Amino acid sequence: MNSAKTHFPKKEILLELQDVWKTYQMGSESLDVLRGVSVSIYKGEFVTILGPSGSGKSTLMNLVGILDIPTRGHILLEKKDLSHLSESALAQLRGKKIGFVFQQFNLIHTLSALENVILPTIFQNVPQTQRIERAKELLALVGLADRMHHRPNELSGGQQQRVAIARALVNNPEIILADEPTGNLDSQSGKQIMELLTTLHEKEKKTIILVTHDQSLVRHAQRTISLRDGKIVSITNK
Amino acid sequence: MIKDYFLIPWKEMHNRKLRSLLTLFGIIIGIASVVSLINLGQGLQQAITGQVSALGNDKLIITAKGNPLTAGLSIDAIKITTHDMDVIRKVSGVKQAAGFLYSSSKIEFNNEARYFFVDGFPTNKEENTLINSAQSYKIAQGRNIASGDRYKVVLGSEYTNPDLFGKDISLGNKILIKEHEFKIIGFWQKTGSPQDDKSAIIPIDTYQELFQKNNELGLIFVQINPGEDLNLMDAKIKKELRKSRHLKEDKEDFSIQTPQQLVSTFDTVLNIVQVVLIGIAAISLFVGGIGIMNTMFTAVLQRTKEIGLFKAIGATNRQILTLFLIESGLYGLIGGILGVLIGMLFAKIIEYIFSQFIGSLLVIQFQWTQLLAIIFFSFIIGCISGFTPARKASKLNAIDSLRYE
Repeated sequence: MNSAKTHFPKKEILLELQDVWKTYQMGSESLDVLRGVSVSIYKGEFVTILGPSGSGKSTLMNLVGILDIPTRGHILLEKKDLSHLSESALAQLRGKKIGFVFQQFNLIHTLSALENVILPTIFQNVPQTQRIERAKELLALVGLADRMHHRPNELSGGQQQRVAIARALVNNPEIILADEPTGNLDSQSGKQIMELLTTLHEKEKKTIILVTHDQSLVRHAQRTISLRDGKIVSITNK
Repeated sequence: MIKDYFLIPWKEMHNRKLRSLLTLFGIIIGIASVVSLINLGQGLQQAITGQVSALGNDKLIITAKGNPLTAGLSIDAIKITTHDMDVIRKVSGVKQAAGFLYSSSKIEFNNEARYFFVDGFPTNKEENTLINSAQSYKIAQGRNIASGDRYKVVLGSEYTNPDLFGKDISLGNKILIKEHEFKIIGFWQKTGSPQDDKSAIIPIDTYQELFQKNNELGLIFVQINPGEDLNLMDAKIKKELRKSRHLKEDKEDFSIQTPQQLVSTFDTVLNIVQVVLIGIAAISLFVGGIGIMNTMFTAVLQRTKEIGLFKAIGATNRQILTLFLIESGLYGLIGGILGVLIGMLFAKIIEYIFSQFIGSLLVIQFQWTQLLAIIFFSFIIGCISGFTPARKASKLNAIDSLRYE
């Protein structure tokens, strides 16, 4: 069990959590879901956040995905403290820096695969021609070039998740944050999705953060952060 | 960039066609009624203005005071008489005065009875000409009534329609007015006034005999000399009539109207009617707006997860607000366009029905700027109705929304 810093001395820190606490107020009771989490995520690494349900894993994912702000402590993205940013500044930053992949795909059913991939660019004001080109490239990358005008309900689960991955990549983010990406898939499709994430890590040099309770997925990652009762219990390198 | 913001709402509306259509109904009905009522009102106003201006600017109309709708019908206790006409004729500046009587009466032909207006017109040539020109009567067939005529009648253009009595009526035929036989000596051209086109004109002496109205007049037309001021003449005649009828100022039991006053009287009535009708239309617009609001609240609830996703992929609160405002605005816009089209169609149908039954009196002319303004107004209604739901959507918590099932 080595500390991360000793193992990746030359790597640049992308995201840093400094003594992060998250406390929820349940009536008169207050519940500490995260209790002093400190960890650094390096640029270009593939890391798994592993933990059973109730470990604070989802809360940590929300903080890492800057969907939420900590009750106490600091989160730094590219050395910039996020504590003082406004809600809309956080949204803009999230759109640029983080690509989400959800367990339930979360595609818009009224839109085609291509339109779903384009969606995040609309909120970033990317020029029209540029974004269509980019979306087509990405659909080709995930192997769905021939399915781009299909709606989500005309695609299999694995295909839908690949559309979701293309969508996560469209604004060229630093981080791909995947929350149980194989949870709703059969083992074959799940395997393909994990291969795709590994490819993105190796070929596209993306930072991949995989949030899961599934021990078998750990082997894809370079580092595993294990969480229990709101605290980091171990950080293991591959 | 704003174009992209239409894509998502448009697809959503398209995907829920029935709900969208039902939502649109309220706004369509509201806008359609506003458009048709405004245009029918304007058409009617123009028709009346046109009708009255045919009177010319050198004439005054004198009737006994009473309800404006029954004025001159001789059913009020107060009467104007031939004596009044003599007084008026002596006023300097008056060129000519002519009076006539009229009332609704039974008219029979081919053993069928109808009730139409019977008018007693003077047979004296000058007086007859004045009334005919003021009433826009022109002979189409036969001749006008003249001095010495007794039980003779000139009929309005509607009588040439065989459907009126189920049989052709021609010159020389006899019809019964108040059980008395009259010989038809002429037909008028169509005037466009439904009432006048169904009137029967008989000599005033015969009328007075038949209806027992000695010396009485229903209405007096006064023509003034060229160059005289209509309002000054109005005051002058009023003063002389007051004197002869022994009345104090402001206690007149008769009224003198200029064509302009007639128009404004009609306008006032018409405006009240329009305000009431448009008020009703406004209520349906309001209900339409509530319908949009309801649909949008449902949409926000149904798409909570979608809103969470939008936030996760970088949409700001303002962008979510815009997205939902555009959706409700689209309801207003589409409802407005369809409503305007249906309203125009409806107004044109009424115009057609008018032209078939009454004559080409009512002409509907649409003003494009007005129609565009109404469509824009409808868009605004949509936006206002959608504001609260859109704000609710924009304020949703991203994490809770993403988890929403």
